[in-house]
Amino acid sequence: MSLITTPDSAPDSAPNEAPSNRLGGTGAGRFADRAFSMALFLAGLSVLGVLAAIVIRTTIDAFPVFQYQGFFSFLFGTEWQAGFARNEFTGVYGAFPFIFGTLFVAGIALVLALPLAIAVSVFIVFYAPLRFRTVLSYMVEVLAAIPSIIFGLWGLLWFVPTVLQPISNWVAGTFGFIPFLSQPVPNVNYFHAGFVLAIMILPIITAITREIVSAAPISEQEAAYGLGSTRWEMVRQVVLPRSVSGIVGASMLGLGRALGETIAVLMLVGGSQRFDFRLFFPGDTMAAHIAATFQDAAPETITALLGIGVVLFLVTIIINMIARLIVWRFGFKATGDAI
Amino acid sequence: MSRTVEMSVPEDRYRSLRVKQGNYARRMRTERVVGVLLVFFMALASIPLFLIMFEVIRRGIGVVNWEFLTSREVPPAREGGGYAAGFIGTGIMVGWASLFAIPTGIFAAVYLTEYGKGVFAAVIRFFTDVMTGIPSVFVGLAVYFLIINQTGFTFGAFPGAVAVGIIMLPIVVRSSEEILRTVPDDLRQGSLAMGARRWQTTIKVVLPAAGPGLSTGAMLAVARAAGETAPLILTAFGSNAIVTALFNQPISAVPLQIYNGARQPFAPGIERAWGGALCLMVLVLALTVTARWIGARFSKTGNR
Repeated sequence: MSLITTPDSAPDSAPNEAPSNRLGGTGAGRFADRAFSMALFLAGLSVLGVLAAIVIRTTIDAFPVFQYQGFFSFLFGTEWQAGFARNEFTGVYGAFPFIFGTLFVAGIALVLALPLAIAVSVFIVFYAPLRFRTVLSYMVEVLAAIPSIIFGLWGLLWFVPTVLQPISNWVAGTFGFIPFLSQPVPNVNYFHAGFVLAIMILPIITAITREIVSAAPISEQEAAYGLGSTRWEMVRQVVLPRSVSGIVGASMLGLGRALGETIAVLMLVGGSQRFDFRLFFPGDTMAAHIAATFQDAAPETITALLGIGVVLFLVTIIINMIARLIVWRFGFKATGDAI
Repeated sequence: MSRTVEMSVPEDRYRSLRVKQGNYARRMRTERVVGVLLVFFMALASIPLFLIMFEVIRRGIGVVNWEFLTSREVPPAREGGGYAAGFIGTGIMVGWASLFAIPTGIFAAVYLTEYGKGVFAAVIRFFTDVMTGIPSVFVGLAVYFLIINQTGFTFGAFPGAVAVGIIMLPIVVRSSEEILRTVPDDLRQGSLAMGARRWQTTIKVVLPAAGPGLSTGAMLAVARAAGETAPLILTAFGSNAIVTALFNQPISAVPLQIYNGARQPFAPGIERAWGGALCLMVLVLALTVTARWIGARFSKTGNR
């Protein structure tokens, strides 16, 4: 006999049924593929559906307050007086103090977090010993997983009284002659909210910036070294120039998160419904004002709060879309818990 | 015999790379200063995590005991009591939200990796990414106007679960998609070559191959959901009683109780807030670390 196993002898050792009988199908099986892909398609569509439902419903429901107040006077009015009516508008709704506060606090956070995020990314990618890289990036990114309520609690009850308040007092005491930094320094203010917010958006910006700087082509890096560059000269002249637009995208994602951050900011910003150009002023932000006053609000004020929400949504969604497009051009996505 | 230096040519024309002259010292100094600065910044960036964890553990560890886990909140000026109402509320809402968001999210991710080609898939992918950036307080507002303001429902677990589910959905989609992409195409082709239909390939080959990895997305989403506060203020509303009803009864959640405890002046209530924060932090970090551990292991073996 031949020692070679012929194809004919194979079915003897195989299970009774041929694969085609188990896997193929007749009757209802013919529609299974189409039904399955349709189900998956619907699941994919549900994401768009949810988004569309949110956008349409809120736009329709917020329309009356824009109509009552006028869209631009809603945006730029500086007075906010909640009304108490059920079926009509009686208050004055100028959301500028909240819009200003949101931009101010998010700006503070970005100014503090961005340089640190770039430095950390460069350190992790180009300076840290190889075996520490994962641990170091991990240490920054676990920060993103901590819920914002814990940042708020920690900021309000420990970080601000122990660390930030003395620093702010000293700054205001020493440089108080500059109007921007003038006294008094209450324990909740723009700066304290912005500082804690900076800690919260740091991991988001770092996660993306790290991927972007590590994507600088090895050949160009080696060319720079070959020309005698030191490590920093290589980073400054090769890596950073090509990363600029990616870093812009990363910081816009961080900005988007900072604008929408609610509970930690609410606990630290002051909730005064007013605004001022002073760094240590206890102001208010859009998201914080919604969460702070919603539970006690009359129906007309809830509609006005929705108006703030729609403005906030528009701003964050536009920033997010631009940021995603920029980051996408690099072929990166924010992964894991730093999304 | 001593060598003489040729002075007639300019010095820097024949400068060797090894000769330490010119601006070499300055450049090396810059290099060292930058190195030290970067180490300093790295340290600065990693400090907050430890500060937060240390403080939450220090203040919370004395509070968390059996009573804290099993009894409901007492008035803030009184000792004792606990966050049972919050644990139950969070469990109910995150549970129902997971039932909606995790299967839908995984299905959507399967659609994107296995079937999604062309513009429509790109649109879904783009808006899923964008959705992760929607402020959570706005999700709460939207759910309030979609459900409570429109239908007969009032504040309670149902709108809370919907809000939390909407927040979870894009997280599940994106992380599951990452994992599904690591399943090698050989497996799909092998299965199809055996005569399997596409749904059989997907259900019996791709999903089992992705198996444990898919749990990462789910865990990250649950971790995020458990810590959400702002949307629950607008939908679940909060309550001091232990509520198990799904509809029309304001219900509590751990973050809501922490929020209420932190902003009132009495020490016992503040202590309980730290205890709640500790429980929440342990849950969230355990989920996140496990998810990342599985994810890292998976992408190592899956990428072959």
